[in-house]
Amino acid sequence: MKRVYALEEYCVGCRLCEINCTVAHSESKDIIWAFKVEEPRPLPGILVEEVKPISFGLQCRHCDDAECIKSCITGAMHRDERGAVVCNADKCVGCWTCIMACPYGTIKRNEDKGNVVSKCDLCPDLPQPACVSNCPNEALIYVDRG
Amino acid sequence: MRQLPALCHFLPYTCSQVTNPSIDPLREPMELKTYLGRKPDKLEFDENGRLVTKLTPQLVLNVPIMFSAMSFGSISLNACESLARAATQLGIYYNTGEGGLHSSLYRYGKNTIAQVASGRFGVHADYLNAAAALEIKIGQGAKPGIGGHLPGEKVRAEVSATRMIPEGSDAISPAPHHDIYSIEDLRQLIYALKEATNYAKPVIVKIAAVHNVAAIASGIARAGADIIAIDGFRGGTGAAPLRIRDNVGIPIEMAIAAVDTRLKEEGIRHQVSVVAAGSMRNSADIIKAIALGADAVYIATSALIAIGCHMCQKCNTGKCNWGIATQDPQLVKRLNPNIGARRLVNLITAWEHEIKEMLGGMGINSIESLRGNREMLRGVGLTQKEMDILGIKAAGE
Amino acid sequence: MLREKYERVPSGCAVSGIMDRSGRRFSGNDIIQSIALMRERSNGLGGGFAAYGIYPEYKDHYAFHMFYDDEQAREISERFLNEHFNIAEAGPIPTKKVSSIKNEPIIWRYFALPKEEKLTSSGLLPDEFVAQCVINLNKKIDGAFVVSSGKNMGAFKGVGYPEDIGEFYRLYEYEGYTWTAHGRFPTNTPGWWGGAHPFTLLDLSVVHNGELSSYGTNRRYLNEFGYECTMQTDTEVVAYLLDLFTRRQGMPLEMACKIMAPPMWDEIERMPDDDKALYTALRTVYGKALMNGPFSIIVAFSNGMVALNDRIKLRPLVAAEKGDVLYVSSEESAIIEICPQPDKIWAPRAGEPVIGMLEEVKA
Repeated sequence: MKRVYALEEYCVGCRLCEINCTVAHSESKDIIWAFKVEEPRPLPGILVEEVKPISFGLQCRHCDDAECIKSCITGAMHRDERGAVVCNADKCVGCWTCIMACPYGTIKRNEDKGNVVSKCDLCPDLPQPACVSNCPNEALIYVDRG
Repeated sequence: MRQLPALCHFLPYTCSQVTNPSIDPLREPMELKTYLGRKPDKLEFDENGRLVTKLTPQLVLNVPIMFSAMSFGSISLNACESLARAATQLGIYYNTGEGGLHSSLYRYGKNTIAQVASGRFGVHADYLNAAAALEIKIGQGAKPGIGGHLPGEKVRAEVSATRMIPEGSDAISPAPHHDIYSIEDLRQLIYALKEATNYAKPVIVKIAAVHNVAAIASGIARAGADIIAIDGFRGGTGAAPLRIRDNVGIPIEMAIAAVDTRLKEEGIRHQVSVVAAGSMRNSADIIKAIALGADAVYIATSALIAIGCHMCQKCNTGKCNWGIATQDPQLVKRLNPNIGARRLVNLITAWEHEIKEMLGGMGINSIESLRGNREMLRGVGLTQKEMDILGIKAAGE
Repeated sequence: MLREKYERVPSGCAVSGIMDRSGRRFSGNDIIQSIALMRERSNGLGGGFAAYGIYPEYKDHYAFHMFYDDEQAREISERFLNEHFNIAEAGPIPTKKVSSIKNEPIIWRYFALPKEEKLTSSGLLPDEFVAQCVINLNKKIDGAFVVSSGKNMGAFKGVGYPEDIGEFYRLYEYEGYTWTAHGRFPTNTPGWWGGAHPFTLLDLSVVHNGELSSYGTNRRYLNEFGYECTMQTDTEVVAYLLDLFTRRQGMPLEMACKIMAPPMWDEIERMPDDDKALYTALRTVYGKALMNGPFSIIVAFSNGMVALNDRIKLRPLVAAEKGDVLYVSSEESAIIEICPQPDKIWAPRAGEPVIGMLEEVKA
């Protein structure tokens, strides 16, 4: 399955991946509108980890043997037809068990949006995830490494 | 001198009308393949018409453009890798400069020209044998007559290992080669390098375009060099001392014309190749350099601009914002060689298309028919003396 | 306006050539008839012929055909010739008044052999000695021009339509085994007789339709080997290149043609290894001798004739055979005019030379 990989040697820590993730998951899909007007503002599914000069964008690894799916008490966290690990907000009750189970720390609480979790969904409506398309230094790649 | 407009601006080139059809490169083959290296006076055949002469090693270029010398140290490893990958992909060559060859770049050896300059940094047998050709740098267009100075803060672990000098120490290349004080010494070094590489690689000698460049070039040809590279006064670097950069050397167009004519008069022009460098800003400059007698050109500044250089002229500080002329790991990673190589390939491919269009316009379908073809150029706004040196007529003549 | 000798004039043309490979000699009527048919391809500003085998009585002498602007030029030139040669016979070339031919120069012919002592003191072979003398005459004596200088051959040319030139020189009175002809369409009106084709060097004569875009490059290349291109014509370049390769470097004629019109690199890529190495070497070493731009040329020499097209066939060339006779021409019609039923007629491919050699040479 295709996943997003970070090339740490080329990541300059500009955080455009975070911004474009937010825009891609906003109602308006407009960078100004999403940040200045939209309430609540969507949380980014990617987070840049940085201790200079090392930095890289980290998001859900969509693990084959996903701890979050195993630990979910309602069945909200599931694998969709693409193989991506996604959360069904209608079922999520905000118990945060997945957050504790995730070995990468890539799931976040979204308290603005009815106590559900927020994570990378690999942008199902786009040809490739927004973070990859918008990385100015091609430090994120969307490939199948098996 | 820097404020002078480039000479190329005064040299319109011609195109075919009526008596001679222009050729459409989209429909007809258009050949840019170039062989650089020493050529014999003639080929010998046996009685069955089979070729007897063995050619000495040649550099084969798909486009008559190469990336000029920029050392690892002065530019980042990512910049070097961009150049190396692009050269490999394009079927051309890039030049290591005086910085040695980083271990990760040996795999691009087939498209590498290894430079041997006055500091001899990073020169060892493996380095010489890894490359496709060797270049002895005598002078550099941006700063003829003076050596180089890589500040100690740029000499970090990788540079130190590659150049074989202590970390943090300034890398100072002397102004002359201290084993070359005259032409016969140059001959010795040329043959020392040939011996070291088993006569399998052509040797380039690079000099700056100075007043008596024609005589020097002739000496170099006779000293055994296979290719002569001439670097004009507009050659770039943000690290050259200002007064030297702005006041030493002559325009590359004049230098090429003078060298080509001198070698022709001595009857040895066809034996050696001549490469023009310094101030090749676009494909038309290249066309004109070739029409004045160059076999191929070196480009450096344009290549760096393609990979992101903004000409902010602070290479010497080591704080290049674009990850090119720096060794700071946080800045170096700003240049992704995947992107750099792609942009270089775009640049050269675009220039290749432009050159083909221009050649076609002149009714030529092979670049060798443009070499030294000064009929193709005319001068506008030049003095008669300048036109005589360039070997061209005035526009309208 | 500069006379043509000092300025390069582009021109379009008609060319035609006939050769009997058995060495049988025939009159100039056929070639005149053939070139006359292509009148549309020339504009009356240049025409000429080269004929081989026309002077059997002096076949070992160099036959100099000369143009002089005035008597003074003739005197200076004859002094030069007498100094270097033993002249067996000298006199004006017989001509006939033709109303359309005007402003003819003084036209003389000499049969001469180089003086032994001159050969010894110069250390040159006779051919090379004659070639040097011709170059000197053309370069140094103002108003004199060597039209041709080969053995048992001659060039006849002038300003006018070729058929008128043929009549002017009374070519129907000569018999030769190879004839080539040229009708010219220059783009301005220099009116200089020396500028017409064929261009000759020793026994080599070239008629040429086309323009060399590579003129500047070829010329500089030839300079390196001591050839001064004094005439500013593309044709001169063709002659010198052939002379350099075949006479001075002793290369087979086919190979010389392949240097001047080599195969494309992508074609070379697909060749078997031996050929690939050969053609790569040819193009690498002789790149500057490649002739670029449109041309169809017919080159004749004592024992043969070769016709060659540029690499992408930008100018027409047709060849035909009937028995021992080989025909080449710009147009098929010009061949059919004199040989209505050839055994074989074809359009040679771009860059493929058509070569005819005398039988006696082949054997």
